[in-house]
Amino acid sequence: MSKTFTLPALGEGIDFATVVELFVKPGDTIAEEQAIMSLETDKAQFELPSTMAGTIERVLVAVGDDVAIGQAVLAIAESGAPAAAPPPDAAETPQAAAEKAVPPAPAGPVAPGPALEKVKTPPRPPPPATNAAPEPPAAPAREERSPDAPRPGGSVAAAPSVRRLARELGVRLEDVAASLGSARVTASDVEAFKRSGGVRPAAEPPPVAGLLQPQPLPDFSRWGEIEIEDMSKIRRKTAENMARAWIEIPTVTHHDEADITKLERLRKRYAPRVKEAGGNLTWTAILLNVLAGALKRFPKLNASVDMAGHRIIYKKYVHIGVAVDTERGLLVPVIRDVDEKNVVELAKALHEMSEAARSRNITPEMMQGATFTITNLGGIGGVAFNPIVNPPQVAILGVSRSSTRPVWRDEKFEPRQILPLAVSYDHRIIDGAEAARFLRWVCEALEEPFLLDLEGQ
Amino acid sequence: MSSGPAVVEAGVVVLGAGPGGYAAAFRAADLGLDVTLIDPEPEPGGVCLFRGCIPSKALLHQAALIDEAAAAAERGIAFGRPEIDLARLRAWKDGVVQTLTRGLGQLAKSRGVRRMHGRGAFLDRDLLEVTTEEGGWSRLRFQHCIVATGSRPAVVPGLDTDSPLVMNSTEALELPDAPGRLLVVGGGYIGLELATVYAALGSKVTVVEMTDGLLPGVDRDLVRVLAKRLGQRLEAVLLGTKVAKLTLEADRCRVALEGGAGSPEQTFDRVLVAVGRRPNASGLGLKHTAVTLDERGFVVVDAQRRTAERGIFAIGDVAGEPMLAHKATHEGLVAAEAVAGRPVAFEPAAIPAVVYTDPEIAWCGLTEARAKREGRAVQVGRFPWAASGRALTLGRGDGLTKLLVDPDSRRVLGAGIVGHGAGELIAEVVHAIEMGAVAEDLALTIHPHPTLSETVMEAAEVALGQAVHIYAPATRRGAGGTEG
Repeated sequence: MSKTFTLPALGEGIDFATVVELFVKPGDTIAEEQAIMSLETDKAQFELPSTMAGTIERVLVAVGDDVAIGQAVLAIAESGAPAAAPPPDAAETPQAAAEKAVPPAPAGPVAPGPALEKVKTPPRPPPPATNAAPEPPAAPAREERSPDAPRPGGSVAAAPSVRRLARELGVRLEDVAASLGSARVTASDVEAFKRSGGVRPAAEPPPVAGLLQPQPLPDFSRWGEIEIEDMSKIRRKTAENMARAWIEIPTVTHHDEADITKLERLRKRYAPRVKEAGGNLTWTAILLNVLAGALKRFPKLNASVDMAGHRIIYKKYVHIGVAVDTERGLLVPVIRDVDEKNVVELAKALHEMSEAARSRNITPEMMQGATFTITNLGGIGGVAFNPIVNPPQVAILGVSRSSTRPVWRDEKFEPRQILPLAVSYDHRIIDGAEAARFLRWVCEALEEPFLLDLEGQ
Repeated sequence: MSSGPAVVEAGVVVLGAGPGGYAAAFRAADLGLDVTLIDPEPEPGGVCLFRGCIPSKALLHQAALIDEAAAAAERGIAFGRPEIDLARLRAWKDGVVQTLTRGLGQLAKSRGVRRMHGRGAFLDRDLLEVTTEEGGWSRLRFQHCIVATGSRPAVVPGLDTDSPLVMNSTEALELPDAPGRLLVVGGGYIGLELATVYAALGSKVTVVEMTDGLLPGVDRDLVRVLAKRLGQRLEAVLLGTKVAKLTLEADRCRVALEGGAGSPEQTFDRVLVAVGRRPNASGLGLKHTAVTLDERGFVVVDAQRRTAERGIFAIGDVAGEPMLAHKATHEGLVAAEAVAGRPVAFEPAAIPAVVYTDPEIAWCGLTEARAKREGRAVQVGRFPWAASGRALTLGRGDGLTKLLVDPDSRRVLGAGIVGHGAGELIAEVVHAIEMGAVAEDLALTIHPHPTLSETVMEAAEVALGQAVHIYAPATRRGAGGTEG
């Protein structure tokens, strides 16, 4: 009998994922860690590695399926697996006696999780016949053991008929509840939600009632040819987050310029050495290092704001998200503990993260927990832009293209390389003077790298 | 292959005609599908009708009648000693079962459900071999199969003998006689229900339970009320005790008990083993399919009750706990509709459970034990039946109704009831949980007076801090309430 590979937990708050591509088919032999399919959640697209080895008997999902965490994905005949527990079909064989002697699992909660692992446990030896085995618990004490033990008081209060209607209409009750701002959902709520196009609300709770309700669109085809494309999950999530950030956060952008002439010379000199170590000595890598120092010195820009609790939450760690442009849209992988890495290590980490993002091998975990974000459009062009803060962060650094400009120094114009920088910040907890000092510190650190050692950390 | 029988094409095949299987078959037929229902019994009904719920309840009602008549003496009505004609009682019980199962057979016929009397085993993911009771065999190629093969009594090594002196629940319901001294092994619901029947019929009954309490998993405050009455009805209830050795004599069983307070060597006229049930997943040829089992031998299914094999579903006892007929029926309907292509799922907010002892115990949704284990804060409203007018007119003040309520949203999360007719009362709370009702909804619903149903309303009032018939100043209780 085969084993089932089920979709493992993918990260906090992720209940299901969509199958984008299947890499395996029945009859294939797979190894542990081998990528078996490409999945997309509303946070990321990534390849799912198998945790089992063997020959695939059946593929239980198809491209386009929404697969729930814990749902069976593959039926696998395990290779070289040790003799398992008495096969259930063996009841009428000599093994039957052993099977009968194995007491059932003791009462108590049993997580519905990795049941498959347990199957491999060899059967317990039968106790001596004269000594009756422990009696298995009688049938009650069972509700909590069922994998789908009912969850009374689930997040949405909806009658069974309403729950069924929602399923038939393909509507998620959680979405309806969020659109209503109420935990109680009726049949007419579900129908109205469906009629409105089943648009998922952008904000929960809505910051200003009705503001984010999608407005009806005109029929664009009246004026010419059009093409309609469904938003990918990543695009939908980005759209929601950006709209919410725009509405919720009183954002100010402060601009400054750094003279990087001296550092650019150093960058060019040491670039080959970093290349050898497996990274690229880019300005982003250098800026990560500078930002670690700046965020330690100005911890408010590394904080979060808790409006409900009227508190500011300071983080003692520095994890910086780096915006990466991929063919599927914007992804923001997170470089962890930036303050504990040197520039070479940062360059390497950056290279790996960007590769993962572009090759779709990025997991949702790799994009969580950032305390600050950096977005560098310098490679493309532009003189300045105003980035949007990505909540619950409170600040973001925008980097534009550097250029060589005449600068008035020591009574004469000198050609200097100038890097335009912008910091957008949440004015609820960060004041203008503080942001200005922060960005000036970053600029000065770029101009005088020695400052980092002097004042950083 | 020339030796095999001809293969018959079939639409939906339902394996097992218990409350899950026949419900699935009937619903599938009502949805216009071609349905074959396979079961060794001549009529649909399964364990529930032939060897479980129905015969046990038929007998339990007579047990209640005997007890009630005896209790009436204290109120000035004396009937004298009951004369029990076991043969007639058995025949009447069998008549009840026959009426019901024949009715089901008729319902199957009216719906055009094809029936085969035999057992099925998978030869492939879409091929079933059926061995009929008459000795014939045939093969069915199906589009969908719903496995509803149920469960069987668990056996205890050392107590698995063919001797008629040692019975399982099936044999006990045949009511061979009323033994002088009966030992019931297992203090779960089956053991206690049958202990109640035999005690009323005049047997001196001893119950041994391995754990330190009756009905493991059920909230202790409910069990305490039952345990008190059982203490008066039964000869002994021995907790933390197991049968170390059983020796059969000509017409008696010598039993060595281990642990607990009972005398270690005792003699009984019969022994009843009721230690739970095991899923019937063996011998079905599942190894020829991709169907998987969990570590306890249950078929693994998804929310639609679909197994790892897309065309095969499993419902009822064979598909997991709780092993209850009403859960099986509901799953059967879900599976049949899923087969018909409807986007349904098995997603109950609560499943009720009833122990038909005297007094009955019923519960649904969240229990206090589970709330405590999960560290979940709940508000508990308890209404003791001593304050219920109806309970006292019945002479049954021994009861308790409690509601578990979410302290913030006031949503009803669970209920536990012990008392006369608790099983009938629990349905109201199941409905409340399914509807997402808050405690106020129950408190503000007018309940008829005087009835036991008022205890649900008053328990809701207690949870909200003000009940008419009980003085309980409002208190917010922490996680797990205040059991004990």
